Amino acid sequence: MDLIANLSLGFGVAFTPINLLYALIGCVLGTLIGVLPGIGPVATIAMLLPATYALPPVSALIMLAGIYYGAQYGGSTTAILVNLPGESSSIVTCIDGYQMARQGRAGPALAAAGLGSFFAGCVGTLILAAFAPPLTELAFKFGPAEYFSLMILGLIGAVVLASGSLLKAIAMIILGLLLGLVGTDVNSGVARYSFNIPELTDGIGFVAVAMGVFGYGEIISNLALPEEHREVFTAKVQGLWPTKQDFKNMVPAVLRGTFLGSALGILPGGGALLASFAAYALEKKLKSKPGEVPFGKGNIRGVAGPESANNAGAQTSFIPLLTLGIPPNAVMALMVGAMTIHNIQPGPQVMTSNPELFWGLIASMWIGNAMLIILNLPLIGMWIKLLTVPYRWLFPAIVLFCAIGVYTTNNSTFDIWLVAGFGFIGYAFNKLGMEPSPMMLGFILGPMMEENLRRALLLSRGNWGVFVTRGLSAGLLAAAALMLVIVLLPSIKAKREEAFVEE
Amino acid sequence: MNIKSQKDFFSGVVFMAVGGAFAWGATNYTVGTGARMGPGYFPLMLGILLALLGAVITFKAMVVETEDGEKVGKWIWRPVGYIVAANIVFGILLGGMPSIKLPAMGMVIAIIALTLIAAKAGTEFILKEILILAAILVAGSYVTFILLLKLQIPVWPAFITG
Repeated sequence: MDLIANLSLGFGVAFTPINLLYALIGCVLGTLIGVLPGIGPVATIAMLLPATYALPPVSALIMLAGIYYGAQYGGSTTAILVNLPGESSSIVTCIDGYQMARQGRAGPALAAAGLGSFFAGCVGTLILAAFAPPLTELAFKFGPAEYFSLMILGLIGAVVLASGSLLKAIAMIILGLLLGLVGTDVNSGVARYSFNIPELTDGIGFVAVAMGVFGYGEIISNLALPEEHREVFTAKVQGLWPTKQDFKNMVPAVLRGTFLGSALGILPGGGALLASFAAYALEKKLKSKPGEVPFGKGNIRGVAGPESANNAGAQTSFIPLLTLGIPPNAVMALMVGAMTIHNIQPGPQVMTSNPELFWGLIASMWIGNAMLIILNLPLIGMWIKLLTVPYRWLFPAIVLFCAIGVYTTNNSTFDIWLVAGFGFIGYAFNKLGMEPSPMMLGFILGPMMEENLRRALLLSRGNWGVFVTRGLSAGLLAAAALMLVIVLLPSIKAKREEAFVEE
Repeated sequence: MNIKSQKDFFSGVVFMAVGGAFAWGATNYTVGTGARMGPGYFPLMLGILLALLGAVITFKAMVVETEDGEKVGKWIWRPVGYIVAANIVFGILLGGMPSIKLPAMGMVIAIIALTLIAAKAGTEFILKEILILAAILVAGSYVTFILLLKLQIPVWPAFITG
């Protein structure tokens, strides 16, 4: 079988000492930044990007990938013990996880998150390995019209499933698309919206926007909140193992979370964050068994479902990147950066031209998940100690990491001014209830969408009908329209608003 | 007319302004036709769309009732000011500022300045603690970025290293 031959090639690559070492570094770093609130995989990967110049490409990608899925494990620890999302994808874990900790059941909550993540991570990787080759075949059939429609589908999907106000989220996407267009237009060479600033002709740095809006925006909003004494349940973590009843409740939730997470991860625009929100909403909608703890009061399903989903989503979000060359989220956009540094053009040809890289990366994810479950369950005490570090020491360090990280991506101080500006904008977004995630997606996809739209219309001689007359493209657009219609139906609209009310 | 949702009202206004600005800017570039798109085509389309969405959001904010008026709330300047200032000072010290004849001061001084200014953004400021933190961050950054990752960052002021 091809799959087995491919995987053995992959494991051959991943099991070399150097790659094992980098997988471990990635996992440890990922858990670390996952546990620490206020610094996420985007900032970390951006910081380490310049450092990967010197590494072989496989090792570099293995390490960076480890940071992303490692952060999904670490984030749940903080969510459960401190009621702070260590990672944006564990926001929903706070709701029930923290309640469990308050009832002295931090151990089972952590175990549910860890075991669920491990299972989902393994399944997600398997799906990645199994589905990537046929999808690559399909990708070769994609023309510019299909790429454009696919991106529309991804953007609509992200908005529909993961945010509060639909109109505002769509407006944020368009804002992102527009910001993404700043810089030199590849076709005409015209520098757009650059105001004669030489640095802006290369476009606004993605890292600067992400760090400003997410990193600084987060710190500023945290500090602006009135000081609230959060109880940290560090001493009370004993008895990690869940009871039999816990297992009974959590296994179906893990399965549902894994399935939903894998499906949403594949969607361009998806990934860990989207998956965890959707999984929580799903668990909440399902009928509770008699005698079960209600949601919001420490239901183990509310931990197991989203935590499995975010890991599955983290794993499968590599699929659009590796098969189509479309980064579905901010982290994957940085992976594109990492690949281009090493002269690898992301897209369907990676699998045939660099099979050892493709399969090595996939195989390393199993190894990484195995390392992570050890790092996060038996060694949990080590990470808990980190949580006792007060925030007033942490945030200056995070500000520094962002500043240095953004400086090193281009060795230019201009990017530091940009981060400062976007930090300010990030706080304004927060104040006005404008969500930055859809904007980031638009920002990443902006230039790609324009390019594909331009090519599609050039080929059709200006006929917009090309998007609906080509079967594949029409199907993708129909799916996007269907999603929009479904959420706009009054009955579903009310339920959806209910599901997002807690955040 | 009363504003029913402050947050939505002002975000709508922002969207209209930004969309309008981008669309207006796009008219300075060749717009072209669908088959031969100029650099202005896509931004013009998006800018108009954004401004329209902004108008709808603003309109809804004035018409649709909300429970609490969705107030924007007080803008708290202290954290914003100090965090942004810490960043700007860091950039100036690290890279220097030729326009005011300030030489590049290097990473060590820049980190100390950033830590001191950023820490002011918090509610508690204990100088001794922050100085220790700054020292740890200088040492940690030196080891990670200079020794291990071998990044090209000036460490000491330019007038010392020459």
